[in-house]
Amino acid sequence: METVTHTHTADAHRDDTASKIGMWLFIFTEILLFGGLFIVYSVYRYMNPVAFHLAHEELSITMGFINTIILLVSSATVAISISAMQKNDRKMTMLMLAATLILAAVFLVNKYFEWGGKFEHGLYPGSDLMKSLSNGDMLFFSLYFFMTGLHGVHIIIGMVLLAITLAKVRSGRVNGGSYALLENSGLYWHLVDLIWIFLFPLFYLIH
Amino acid sequence: MENEKHHIVPYMTHIMVLLGLILLTVITVLITSVELGAYNTAAAMLIASLKGAVVLLYFMHLKFDHKIYWVMVSLVIAIFAAVIVVTFFDYLYR
Amino acid sequence: MTDNIETRHEPNYLEYRGKHGGILGWLTTTDHKRIGLLYFYSMMTFFLAGVVMGLLMKYELISPGEQIMGPQTYNGLFTLHGLTMIFLFVIPGVAAVFGNFFLPILIGAKDVSFPRLNLMSWYLYIIGAIVVLISQFMGDGPPDTGWTFYAPYSLKTNTNVVAAVTGAFILGFSSILTGLNFIVTMHRLRAPGMGWLRMPLFGWALYGTGWIQLLATPVVGITFLMVIAERVLGIGFFDPAIGGDPILYQHLFWIYSHPAVYIMILPAMGAITEIIPTFARKTIFGYTAIVISSMAIAFVGYFVWGHHMFTSGMSSTSRWVFSLLTFLVAIPSAIKVFNWTATLYKGSINIQTPFLWSIAFIFVFMIGGFSGLVVGSLATDIHVHDTAFVVAHFHYIVFGGTGFAFFGALHYWYPKMFARVYNFKIANIGLLIFFIGFNLLYFPMFYLGMLGMPRRYYDYLPMFHSANTLSTIGSWIMAAGLLVIIINLARARRGKGKEVDDPWDGKTLEWQIASPPPVENFEQIPVVEHGPYEY
Repeated sequence: METVTHTHTADAHRDDTASKIGMWLFIFTEILLFGGLFIVYSVYRYMNPVAFHLAHEELSITMGFINTIILLVSSATVAISISAMQKNDRKMTMLMLAATLILAAVFLVNKYFEWGGKFEHGLYPGSDLMKSLSNGDMLFFSLYFFMTGLHGVHIIIGMVLLAITLAKVRSGRVNGGSYALLENSGLYWHLVDLIWIFLFPLFYLIH
Repeated sequence: MENEKHHIVPYMTHIMVLLGLILLTVITVLITSVELGAYNTAAAMLIASLKGAVVLLYFMHLKFDHKIYWVMVSLVIAIFAAVIVVTFFDYLYR
Repeated sequence: MTDNIETRHEPNYLEYRGKHGGILGWLTTTDHKRIGLLYFYSMMTFFLAGVVMGLLMKYELISPGEQIMGPQTYNGLFTLHGLTMIFLFVIPGVAAVFGNFFLPILIGAKDVSFPRLNLMSWYLYIIGAIVVLISQFMGDGPPDTGWTFYAPYSLKTNTNVVAAVTGAFILGFSSILTGLNFIVTMHRLRAPGMGWLRMPLFGWALYGTGWIQLLATPVVGITFLMVIAERVLGIGFFDPAIGGDPILYQHLFWIYSHPAVYIMILPAMGAITEIIPTFARKTIFGYTAIVISSMAIAFVGYFVWGHHMFTSGMSSTSRWVFSLLTFLVAIPSAIKVFNWTATLYKGSINIQTPFLWSIAFIFVFMIGGFSGLVVGSLATDIHVHDTAFVVAHFHYIVFGGTGFAFFGALHYWYPKMFARVYNFKIANIGLLIFFIGFNLLYFPMFYLGMLGMPRRYYDYLPMFHSANTLSTIGSWIMAAGLLVIIINLARARRGKGKEVDDPWDGKTLEWQIASPPPVENFEQIPVVEHGPYEY
């Protein structure tokens, strides 16, 4: 039986499964957030098939392909870091997390150059060129900037989560016996990858 | 549902999965460069879904975790797919 | 705290003092009961503000011509009334107040799964509310788009749409996190022995609601972000001038906002389902049927959004598909009404204030539901679309449904929350006045809509005069009833009421503990051996 205290202790107990279910539910929310955009994308592509096809040729398949591979590898490194934590291999966990962070940064740098190229040609939200585009092109590039931009924001959020996790692994607060944070940041990172898996063919591989 | 036991996925599995995913990415790029008409889009989406499923099952541990997660994910995906279908009742017949 | 154990007095949630005392103790609390009350007081404030706006609009409509405001003010006012009532009152509504306060107790838990996240949801709610309010006073004047922010007007109007939409986005986040918290709580913290099918039905209602909050809210969130991007960055999504499809905006908006109606009504139905067995002194009729119908409403309700768009120009195929699905969703709602009334059959009914609220709820909810069939079928909808009929319909559902259930739940759980009873006689009189006023206010609008009076205009043709006057008088009567109810409850809160533990002899877990509930709810987590309503 518990003794009566004046503090509210209900939040003191730890429930890793609850955090994991919570993380999954949050991921569902994220899926539907991008889902709304995928609906918009499919409707406008259905309405402007030719314009979408021509507009996509402005994008570099190589760039998109490299970024896809980067994210896939980073997903694998996160997954390995969790296996390593379960084996109590702290060094490996930290190595893999650091690798993930570096890959994420490389992704963003690539993205920077990709967007930068567009900006140099005068193609950016609100630019005169953008405003002079035909209807279908306008929709394509609006969606391109908005969706990859939102995805980029998620990359940054994921990086912050992973960096916090890395720091906590280092200090030992995330360890082989308690690694819910690592698992959940990992789930979030996979989600970011998952979304890119669909963004890549939709923007870069229209035939 | 108690706190589940954790299934440790060997490093090798992750690496094999990664190689599979990269292979699928290469295939999808190659397929798009051949002329298949409407099947190009279908193929691209099919491969993307396959890759998504692999990420969900292996990297996100759905295959090894309590099956409640699997049920939830499938339901959410099914609902989202149904929303797209219902939306297209408008655009397909307009 | 040994002295407490000696006197056997456990601190209840109102008394205890944690790290901080006074107002800070409330603003930093992670106790689900205190958070419930935080929601309660903030929501009541917004609700009363919304009532005042409604009264002003009704006064403007007392007779033809301009009374107290011109068209632009009226447009701003109905937008703010809608935003306040929808996003600040009925969507958090029963779930945020009574769900927070009672869900953990009903399932035998000490708190929700993520207490700090719970507090954060409240802060997001307050921040969202402040941003919405700021949109009224900042920039180029209050938004005049209606709460729906339909494109392309919301992209073109010079009023302060961006701030209002941002506020709604933040409020959406608050709603998502509350739903997430409740779902996890029900998965993880049910008392030993409480299988899913022994969970009180209010819990089931919140479970369905939580899923809608998770899966529908982000869609409108992203839509609002697109509107902001379109206004701020000048990229194009919905503006037909650049090839966008404004009807797609309506699709996305209603993919959330129709399920939002179920976010409002499901917890309300859940609360009524708790009240009725207690006063029929009888177990609920068809427990499983109610569970299934709750989940069916949540599920089918996700696919009926198009019935808001019958006249928007979408394809005829999707019109009949949406009409069909809309009629389908009427079935689980009707199952619930059937179960409530069947529970009363051969019960030994104890006619008390909460029970009367429930009966009033069923009455107005059914009028709202049946008028919903009128707007849900294609032919009749074209006649009454965008008329006062629609306004009457959704006020019967949203205010008559959620509002009545909110006050019913408040009267039911009030003694548990504060360990005081209010004056029953005055409460009943208040309900009677409120009920008469409510019907007098909204029923004439059905008639007006049938005659063709459009909604959202500050003026009307002289032929609509008499019914409008009647409706305005109804608004005054309803406000008077509301005043009686609130004063009665406030008097009880200030210590005028009798102290009691359990005036209704309820069977669910919240009635097994002291009133007001102790900080930790249960000294020992109870073991559940039977269903929730064993009489």
